[in-house]
Amino acid sequence: MKQLMPAIKLFALLTVLTGILYPLFITLIAQKVFPEQANGSLLYKDGKLVGSALVAQKFQTPQYFWARPSAVDYNPMPSGGSNAGPTSADLKAKVLERQKLGLTDEMLFASASGLDPHISPAAAKSQVERIVLARKLGETGKGKLMQLIEQNTEQRQFGFLGEVRVNVLRLNLALDQGV
Amino acid sequence: MNRFDVLQVFLSLAVLLVCAPPLGTFMYKVYVGERHLFSWLRPLELVCEKFLGRIAQDEMNWKEYSLAVLFFNAIGILFVFLLQLLQAKLPLNPQGFAAPTWDLSLNTAVSFVTNTNWQAYSGENTLGYLVQMLALAVQNFLSAAVGMSVAIALARGIARKNSQTIGNFWQDTVRGTLYILLPLSILLAVVLAGTGVVQNFSSYPTAQTLESAQQVIPMGPAASQIAIKQLGTNGGGFFNANSAHPFENPSPFSNWLELISILLLPAGIVFTFGEMVKSRRQGWTIFLTMFALLAAGLSISLWAEYSFNPAIGSAAMMEGKELRFGITNSVLWSTFTSAASNGSVNAMHSSLSPIAGGIALFNIMLGEIIFGGLGSGLYGMILFVIMTVFLAGLMVGRTPEYLGKKIEAREIQMVILAILLPSAAILIGAGAAAVLPAGLSSLSSKGPHGLSEILYAYVSAGGNNGSAFAGLNANTVYYNVTLAVVMLLGRFGVIFPVLAIAGNLAAKKYSPPSIGTFTTDNALFVVLLIGVIIIVGGLTFFPALTLGPIVEHFLMLSGKVF
Repeated sequence: MKQLMPAIKLFALLTVLTGILYPLFITLIAQKVFPEQANGSLLYKDGKLVGSALVAQKFQTPQYFWARPSAVDYNPMPSGGSNAGPTSADLKAKVLERQKLGLTDEMLFASASGLDPHISPAAAKSQVERIVLARKLGETGKGKLMQLIEQNTEQRQFGFLGEVRVNVLRLNLALDQGV
Repeated sequence: MNRFDVLQVFLSLAVLLVCAPPLGTFMYKVYVGERHLFSWLRPLELVCEKFLGRIAQDEMNWKEYSLAVLFFNAIGILFVFLLQLLQAKLPLNPQGFAAPTWDLSLNTAVSFVTNTNWQAYSGENTLGYLVQMLALAVQNFLSAAVGMSVAIALARGIARKNSQTIGNFWQDTVRGTLYILLPLSILLAVVLAGTGVVQNFSSYPTAQTLESAQQVIPMGPAASQIAIKQLGTNGGGFFNANSAHPFENPSPFSNWLELISILLLPAGIVFTFGEMVKSRRQGWTIFLTMFALLAAGLSISLWAEYSFNPAIGSAAMMEGKELRFGITNSVLWSTFTSAASNGSVNAMHSSLSPIAGGIALFNIMLGEIIFGGLGSGLYGMILFVIMTVFLAGLMVGRTPEYLGKKIEAREIQMVILAILLPSAAILIGAGAAAVLPAGLSSLSSKGPHGLSEILYAYVSAGGNNGSAFAGLNANTVYYNVTLAVVMLLGRFGVIFPVLAIAGNLAAKKYSPPSIGTFTTDNALFVVLLIGVIIIVGGLTFFPALTLGPIVEHFLMLSGKVF
């Protein structure tokens, strides 16, 4: 039993160190050096919070670019994927349904978090026709939309990491600012 | 796969080869008390020594060491359990979450103390910041430190001659936490916060979306927790979607850092072992065995995931994956996280192709020894090394030896116990759940995928991994309690036999190698060791794998859906 006291003492000591001091220290640094990132990369429009650049939101009207399908309907409480397996009849039906809506590529599949903020440039371009029609932008508007997508395309990080992508919320904010 | 994919795979493996050896040397210096990079933190260690008293430095025999492990972890379980039950009355809970049920609290407590980090709850709508920090983050550190301590104690047992003792648990645990886990976590956490991982104590703001809907955005001190979650082979997410969540893993760069952090320390400690037993070659032999198994699993998974799925009618399916990572980074992660007993995910394993999901399952089934859990991967692998030496000895009719220590009946009994106990717990648990109504009612998938869901849950618990085929509703009294039992057996059913082996070997005299000694640091041994691992893992689990992922693969090829 002589090992019991040191167990209690060390547990208490390390709990204070790793459970209180450590997270407080990191918070202090993060809030000083990276306040925007550490607070959720929040986006505001006219002073009002419209979302986070890192969290997909639901776009269902034809005049906006849509994000990837979400198993949690873009509600972050809680996040999650469909967990549909590779032989799921349910998944097969959903993919067919999305194909009928004219969606392609990764837009056919629900993301892992349900909050994937990005789509591929190809998926963005495939939605241009619909948006032009809904916003009555005409042929010139179409060119401008394509340009907007180019401007909002993020390349592979450091030239090779990850995938080429477009942030849907940022793109839509730019879209609302006028084409 | 394009050239970027190939480059990312190559770079992720290369960084292990380059970083692990020097890291191992650094960790060796930490545990033997030589001067090292973070020696200037010594005053903190002195505070601990002073507070604990003499007992923190006295050498322990294996029974004292085991008791210390037992008490330290029992207190941990009790604390995490109670803190959750009291959550509603505690501060730093801005969303006012109620206490989780007793069975969920128990499951989570056992899960984090055993370094499993299986999660039957969703972080963002169940746990307040205080519980995340004070209960879970702490166990992220401590369970990793305990794993390393036990591995170091085993290395001492092999290295020492005619000794009754294997080190001091308190000293080992303090050093592992202060000098290895804490500095690396601070470094990683700050960088992650820079990439967009949240780190604050705010309440959840509500945004008005562009289409005028309401969206609640979760917050919290995530970066600090995610750093140690990746480094300490923990894997318990701050948010439900784990490292697929954009707040937990916002960019390809954060993903790469988190990915290599999974294997960094478990790979490093293999070289620490080599240094401790005075044979770097032995360290390299074990490392290359693990590396070969990792590379093989990775290759098969990549092939499977890029292949065409006739059942759904698509190749390289993005279901359950994030666009910023793509297929390659998702498969790299699923292989790394199952090889190491990390268990964090950046893609949903349940939605992987049957073979890629099956490889994740098989990696865990082998006993979490392909680098494995921090410390536990090493001592688990040494069990297989001893087993291999024993089998080779049987073949030539000599008493087997490992690094100058005779391997006798007592050691082999302990090895068998440590290998069989978790496997038995897994198979009995999964078997029962697959026939009992309490187990079957939680299924979300039909067909063979349903069996894989159940199997994965118990394999993940027994291997202290923590990843999941998350369609299964595991938050029921039945699953919470049975999985907690399997997690305990998977952790302590190995730790105590390992410490017994350490004590036994330490007491033995050194027998110098002779002409008849079987060499354990050459290519032949690597091949033999891999053979033993595959045969033991295969014989134990192949029937179950056949009924789950393998049959699903063939049904998928014939275009069948359920």
